[in-house]
Amino acid sequence: MTIETLFKKDIIYLDGGFGTMLQAAGLKAGENSADWNFSHPDVVEDIHRQYLEAGADVIAANTFGVNVFRCGERTSEYIKQAIYLAKKASKGYKNRLVALDLGPTGKLLQPLGDLGFEDAVNAFKECVRAGVEAGADLVMIETVSDIYEAKAAILAVKEQCSLPVFATCVFGADAKTMTGSSPEAVAAVLEGLGADAIGLNCSLSPEEMLPVCERFISCASVPVVVKPNAGLPDVTDGSRYTVDEQKFALGMRGIVALGAKIVGGCCGTTPAYIRELIEKTSGMKPAVTQKNLTVVASYTHAVTLGDGLKIIGERINPTGKKRLKEALKNGDTGYILGEAVAQAEAGAHILDVNVGVPGTDEAKLLPAIVREIQTVTDLPLQIDTSSPAAMEAALRIYNGKPLINSVDGKKESMANIFPLVKKYGGAVIALTLDENGIPPTAEGRVAIAKRILSEAAKYGIDKKDIIFDTLATSVAADGGAATATLDALFSIRRGLGANTSLGVSNVSFGLPAREIVNSAFFIAAMQAGLSAAIINPLSHEMIKAYKAFAALSGRDKGCLEYIDYASRVQPTQAIAPSAEKLGEAEKVGEAGLEKCILRGFKERAAEQAAALLKTIPPVEVIEGHIVPALDEVGKGFEEKKIYLPQLMMSAEAAGAAFDVIKRALPAGAVEKKLKIVLATVKGDVHDIGKNIVKSLLENYGFCVLDLGKDVPPEKVLKAAKECGADLVGLSALMTTTVAAMEQTVGLIKSELSECKTAVGGAVITEEYARSIGADKYCADAMATVRYAEQLEEEIKKR
Amino acid sequence: MIRILRGAAPEPNLREAARYAGVKGDPAQILPLLEDCKKELLPALSPVACYDIFDICAGESLDLGFAKVKSRALCKNLAGCKKIALFAATVGAGADRVILKYRALSPSRALFLDALASAAAESWCDEVNAEIVAQFKGGRPRFSCGYGDLDITLQRDIFAALSVTKNIGVTLSDDCFMTPVKSVTAIIGLYDD
Repeated sequence: MTIETLFKKDIIYLDGGFGTMLQAAGLKAGENSADWNFSHPDVVEDIHRQYLEAGADVIAANTFGVNVFRCGERTSEYIKQAIYLAKKASKGYKNRLVALDLGPTGKLLQPLGDLGFEDAVNAFKECVRAGVEAGADLVMIETVSDIYEAKAAILAVKEQCSLPVFATCVFGADAKTMTGSSPEAVAAVLEGLGADAIGLNCSLSPEEMLPVCERFISCASVPVVVKPNAGLPDVTDGSRYTVDEQKFALGMRGIVALGAKIVGGCCGTTPAYIRELIEKTSGMKPAVTQKNLTVVASYTHAVTLGDGLKIIGERINPTGKKRLKEALKNGDTGYILGEAVAQAEAGAHILDVNVGVPGTDEAKLLPAIVREIQTVTDLPLQIDTSSPAAMEAALRIYNGKPLINSVDGKKESMANIFPLVKKYGGAVIALTLDENGIPPTAEGRVAIAKRILSEAAKYGIDKKDIIFDTLATSVAADGGAATATLDALFSIRRGLGANTSLGVSNVSFGLPAREIVNSAFFIAAMQAGLSAAIINPLSHEMIKAYKAFAALSGRDKGCLEYIDYASRVQPTQAIAPSAEKLGEAEKVGEAGLEKCILRGFKERAAEQAAALLKTIPPVEVIEGHIVPALDEVGKGFEEKKIYLPQLMMSAEAAGAAFDVIKRALPAGAVEKKLKIVLATVKGDVHDIGKNIVKSLLENYGFCVLDLGKDVPPEKVLKAAKECGADLVGLSALMTTTVAAMEQTVGLIKSELSECKTAVGGAVITEEYARSIGADKYCADAMATVRYAEQLEEEIKKR
Repeated sequence: MIRILRGAAPEPNLREAARYAGVKGDPAQILPLLEDCKKELLPALSPVACYDIFDICAGESLDLGFAKVKSRALCKNLAGCKKIALFAATVGAGADRVILKYRALSPSRALFLDALASAAAESWCDEVNAEIVAQFKGGRPRFSCGYGDLDITLQRDIFAALSVTKNIGVTLSDDCFMTPVKSVTAIIGLYDD
């Protein structure tokens, strides 16, 4: 039977628990169930046969949990044997399919765990290769609790074969996966990546799963798979489960009635459950419907366009932003992450990420920044680049369903971008321009939009995943510019029924007091049907317009959001500081910068520094205020009067003040000369200590290149050579990795005789540091700062 | 038979958290900050645990029912017990996410959040411990891998015996470190008669 024939069935029945059946046959807790493919092939085959007898259309081979991490070199052998047994069992039965069953790797992906994304993809690929060779009819990815891992698995299948793929995740009773994804986010990501059927399995009983299923089915346009557990193991008799066959099947009736087309069972279910399930649901005709939702997602939640205006934060785009350009060139991710958080807190729904600065390798930088931003905010991201290579690199590692910025009506652009949209499952911003530029009229832009839609369809990309930008251009240059943009926007939204976006601020280019024009245009665009606006969410004019329009259009029910906003804003002024910050200021009173640093008040310290800059020169602020305060804190720490957290808070406050002063000076004017490279050595993934050292050094004004954790000796050497490091600081927390520290120190000493080495970490002692030839043992972060200050003095004297 | 326990976000002990963060003496000065961090941390917690009961047998090596170990410290802890509870508990990946968020933004906040998450995990373990022991006539103080001479590699047997990864989503690295990080496995000696 082919998959097409299978999908023609009203309901597709899967099998039930396999581990449950093996345990009943004698599999012990902790034993690798895949071993039974070799040790008890007859038992495995018999279980398959029982499920086929019960009426399962698809049986899953006994390959769950088989992967290179658990089975090493024998992975492929295990898989082939398991598929062989399932196929052997299904001989003699008509119209049955055998699935390669892919479970999670058992490791958590970075950044939470230590498994690299590509390592996960490769591990899955190895399984898929073996499964295809052995003749599997489809691939079933299941019991995945991290959506990122599901993405790795689907990509592996798609890159390895053309077999159909089903993918299901595990949800808790809180309707979230273990890593915090909502059903809407999971559906958007799995469907976007091109899974043929998507859904949920394990953990919950049918009754508990019902509300999650409802949410899942309401946003899925492909068939939905549901495989619940038979409740929990019975407390009195461990071999029974709390939900029996009848209750299970009855619960499943409700789920099929919601529209689930592919059903089976997970832990605790047996052939008897599947038989009962078929009996209770046959004859039902669940409908799979197209939802036509334009959705992007992060790893936690989905954002739907077309349902009220969505704000796309524009601040992480270096065009016209000197400070961001510098940050990108110098690898100052702290600044970029701060921008991400500030926009999220200001109410952005999606963040644009563009790192295009001449002299940087965008294909490396963009994915790195995307990864970092995803650690500080769970907003969906809009990946913004003109380089297809950088686009693909970022889309690949993005955790969620991305918004892609952008494609346009040029043949080359569509040929470059549409395959990426299809493969990585994004929604894409489409600019209504082509080889001849931007048409001056609305009609011209709508015509391009139509061409883009028909070309996208050739790649299998639906209208719902295309968001048209009708291009705001300067009214200063052309008085009809705004009208053309708005007319095109209206036609596309109402006529073509597609979603729209605009980079709003372009309209005022060349005019004074641009925000006045921008906010008026913004309101007009919202009225014309704008779905998403790329704006600065920190701009009060824009947010005012947004809040007022939401109230006027009736979207803000009871004007509650507006009233809340208005209570914090004065008509002609910026938002008043929150009560919390006022409290902080009151505590400080009129005391100066020193006190703010001593108390660790970060924002207040920055304000104080800015105030001081108005009366005294920058160098005096540093020498007369910041340095003495830091000295006092440092001494307090050394005398054990204050402790690490207070030291760090003070240092962060000093760092915030430094930042303000740096901006008032030409680049490099106050930076220290000493160049420092920091790393946690190879094999060690514990970086909290190293991060504290880094933060403290930076807040004391040092320039630090942080190589991260698990860094091989050669990489440390390479980085130290390239930046001309004066000091390499190494940290190790585990006894197993101190050898790597010795190697790294040795390599630096032999290749860079001028460069000093400092080592520290929980397992390092002064004696050990000496024995491996390190120049300095640093017992704590402050000791590292003192050593760096000493080296700085020596450099200055030279 | 393995059982699963779920709970509400466990209340971390703030003074305990201050101690974990390295604040010695009176933490009064930083309590408001800890309260603020707690507000951010609690919604991110999703505590879950799994456990099973095993018969044990002391001999040349100690047979724990799921693995045999040689550990004087554990033998001493379990003296007089014929059964143990083996549990794995976590406050979930949400805690890791919140800590990770501040790694670059504010290391001091990351340090406090880390300490609070540890304290929350301890509170959750206390709840799990109490719930298990209540089914028996009493229990010994819980004992984890890495205490005394109990080898950390026993984690591998614990993970297999409780299907920890499948049941509560905690994974084990090759070096026997757990992620999500705020996770605990422990053995509780039980008094049954």
